[in-house]
Amino acid sequence: MIWETVIGLETHVELSTRTKIFCACSTRFGGAPNTQCCPVCAGLPGALPVLNEGVLTYAVKAALVLGCAITRRSRFDRKNYFYPDLPRAYQISQLYCPIARDGEVTFSLPAGGHRTIRIHELHMEDDAGKLIHNPETGRTSIDYNRCGVPLIEIVTEPDFRTGEEVTAYLETLKERLQYLGVSDCRMQEGSLRCDVNLSVRPQGSTALGTRTEMKNLSSFRAILRAIAFESQRQIALIEGGGQVVQETRRWDEDQNASLPMRTKENAQDYRYFPDPDLPPIVLSDGWLARLWAEMPELAEAKRDRYRAQFGLSEADCKTLTSQRALAELFEQTAALGTPPKQAANWLLGPVLAQCSAHGLEAKDMRITPQMLARLIALVQTGGLNRSTAIEVLAALFTTGGDVDAYVSEHGLNQVCDADLVGEAVERVFAANPKSITDYWAGKEKALGFLVGQTMRALHDRASPQAVQAAVRKKLRQN
Amino acid sequence: MDLTTLTALELGAAIRRGEVLPEEAVQAGLDTIAAQGQNSFITLTGAQALEGARQIRSQPAESPLFGVPMAWKDNLCTCGVKTSCASRILGDYTPPYSAALVERLEQAGALSLGKLNMDEFAMGSTGETSYYGPVANPWDASRTAGGSSGGAAAAVAAGEVWYAVGTDTGGSIRQPAAYCGVTGMKPTYGAVSRYGLIAYASSLDQAGPIARSAADCAAVLDVIAVQDRRDSTSLAVKGGFLAGLTGDVRGVRIGLPVQCFGEGLDPQIHAAVLHAAEVLRARGARVEKCSLPLLAYGVPAYYILACAEASSNLSRFDGVAYGWRAEGCTSLDGLYTQTRTQGFGQEVQRRILLGTFVLSAGYYDAYYKKALQVRERMRQAYAAAFQTYDLLLTPVTASAAPRLGESLSDPLQMYLSDFYTVPVNLAGLPGLSMPCGFDNAGLPIGAQLTGPALGDLAVLNAAHAFQLETGYHRQRPGRGGAV
Repeated sequence: MIWETVIGLETHVELSTRTKIFCACSTRFGGAPNTQCCPVCAGLPGALPVLNEGVLTYAVKAALVLGCAITRRSRFDRKNYFYPDLPRAYQISQLYCPIARDGEVTFSLPAGGHRTIRIHELHMEDDAGKLIHNPETGRTSIDYNRCGVPLIEIVTEPDFRTGEEVTAYLETLKERLQYLGVSDCRMQEGSLRCDVNLSVRPQGSTALGTRTEMKNLSSFRAILRAIAFESQRQIALIEGGGQVVQETRRWDEDQNASLPMRTKENAQDYRYFPDPDLPPIVLSDGWLARLWAEMPELAEAKRDRYRAQFGLSEADCKTLTSQRALAELFEQTAALGTPPKQAANWLLGPVLAQCSAHGLEAKDMRITPQMLARLIALVQTGGLNRSTAIEVLAALFTTGGDVDAYVSEHGLNQVCDADLVGEAVERVFAANPKSITDYWAGKEKALGFLVGQTMRALHDRASPQAVQAAVRKKLRQN
Repeated sequence: MDLTTLTALELGAAIRRGEVLPEEAVQAGLDTIAAQGQNSFITLTGAQALEGARQIRSQPAESPLFGVPMAWKDNLCTCGVKTSCASRILGDYTPPYSAALVERLEQAGALSLGKLNMDEFAMGSTGETSYYGPVANPWDASRTAGGSSGGAAAAVAAGEVWYAVGTDTGGSIRQPAAYCGVTGMKPTYGAVSRYGLIAYASSLDQAGPIARSAADCAAVLDVIAVQDRRDSTSLAVKGGFLAGLTGDVRGVRIGLPVQCFGEGLDPQIHAAVLHAAEVLRARGARVEKCSLPLLAYGVPAYYILACAEASSNLSRFDGVAYGWRAEGCTSLDGLYTQTRTQGFGQEVQRRILLGTFVLSAGYYDAYYKKALQVRERMRQAYAAAFQTYDLLLTPVTASAAPRLGESLSDPLQMYLSDFYTVPVNLAGLPGLSMPCGFDNAGLPIGAQLTGPALGDLAVLNAAHAFQLETGYHRQRPGRGGAV
């Protein structure tokens, strides 16, 4: 029998608001334990939550780029369960009236072609704290810093059929959310977490099989391997005459296997009910219109536009738009009059090289459109040679600064004085009579050597074209 | 001068005139507490109050309550002062912050003598569920002071403090005020910030004053009924309560719901409340009977909603981060179970179980959702009644204060005794309990005035009008006797 795998995803995304969802504590990652909490997020008796409007804005923006319908009157519900990392013993989430529903995401597949999956809902909730187990003492400590960090959970319909579709969707999700600036989507730091719901059914069947839910998937690789393992496990089970049990399973990276965590019978009853501390969220037309106006052009749209408008290649468009800061730097540099192709070449070459050398993302570098446009203009007009311009870029990369000031401070202006160049050529010719004979004997390589020696004599500060011309002229005189 | 017979405003005025020093007032309160032994306090902060009284001497007396000794119910967070909710589980809990209303009153020059006894987590109608033992009624020590703000009502009645701040989820300010012969007000839901009020049922809880007159209550509300950003359910309130007390009720339409004057009501209370209606009529109010059939559904809807919210609100008391923790537990589940079984009293456990049940999968629609619908209908019924009437007048309780030990054995009977008060919480309305007479045993009787949402001033003003005509609110136990 041919089997079909059916997958739905639940993705938790940490929103990158400066403060927490229900209090003013910092959301910064990696602070010393329990230095970023207050009576509200630590769940002290009597403390009350107040919704951070930034979280609402981010969640609605995320919902809009996933094509969701925004709920005009939504609400928070309490999800009740006991665990030491949850000091209130309930998570504030949205079950009955989530902020958004019924979305749709179209994305391209690495093997070519497109796929569209439906979003069931998107809702807001708060994160729990972290338990820190000390194996030596056998004791467990609790860090509340993460309590109240805002999350959105994006639930898809069971529309995926392969692991590759899942990772392609996640790439798109990540790119859109990063573009919006609503999340940094770092899987390693846990700001993007994914649970996989998976079932199998005979090809052609429309009924859904019994599904399992897999947790603890910390990388795209783990997701691909977990999906492959779990669908094989279910198929083997059914073909062996068994039945899939509805349960939650934990992916074990080391064993390369999913292991049972809890079955449906042991499932918790979360006793959801509307949180009486938080009034319904009512969104007005005006509020939504303002939000729409703030929405940036997404990477996919930019790629299409760059191809059409600037004639850039598919691959270049893809790289340029891979980070919003990079795309914006490109557009703003071009807007200053730099030829778009030149700007693109500089960004894709030296600028990205600097990024990776410093381990920085485009948004963290200090190069402004003005700086880049000036550097490119100096090279074009012969005020600076390309390699020196790259040095200037490197020098100012993490600090920023005025290009012209830096160039003149460090005496990097090109030597345009014909006499200086002439003198250098004289010295090089005097020192290398053999090269001159070689050249006239037909060895073209000798020309390059003479040009190189002259450039070195000028400390690389002359225009290579000007030096070459001077060398040719001198050769003709010999 | 016997300071303890003064109202809070009278004492405040004497302090402003320089006739009484705040520390003299504090000392008078502390002496009364020491002499009574009615167990109205869980924690006394006499030394801090005396110190505070000396410190504020240099400050300008801007509030009419400046320098007046008072006390907080023990479910209001007070920074650095134990806040136990009368429970073993919070027996050693000292909050690191103060409730919003505590901050406001302290800024107005309130001098707290301590934390008042109450039913555990405000669950109870007699004060007997307190881990610290029941409060005796100042009018008859064999009777309860009521609950859950029993310590607050008893302390005000006995002259231990000049006013107190209690909380009311289903009658917990109004009922003990009625049993103890003092004036107690539950403001409109949202009028007073709940930030720092340890929740029993978040959608019903509301803090308010218990004092010796409606005017005293108005003065307290002037300080605490202010919108607070830290409570999302907090409302913008117009204020100016004390200044708005004209005592003029001419033309005010007062409805007497017939459902509140039927079977089960003590005839003496029936008569006393009708007498109050007559007094108001004599001052120009238009009093007539009306009908609110939905009131009968108040108690069942209330106990479903309040317990549901309580089951969630009280889950945080798990022995992990603060509060009391059971010893010798070897597993996480064991820690939770033992801490909560030993840390909570019976009534609290009963309500947590009830609330957990009504929210459980398969029962949510039949209980919780239905109760929400009843609540919505109740709101609508009140709103319709307030199209015709400005205020409603009812009893607060069906009988005078019960004897200690008489109620706990029959929780259902105890729940039913909340008939007159819980509908007001369900609808989020302002309700006030004022003394309106005494029964043959010399026990105080209360009448309840209810107004529309944010109609707090109208409620206070009608009570003020009544108190201009009568002296019940000035009667003190052991001093005047029955009228």
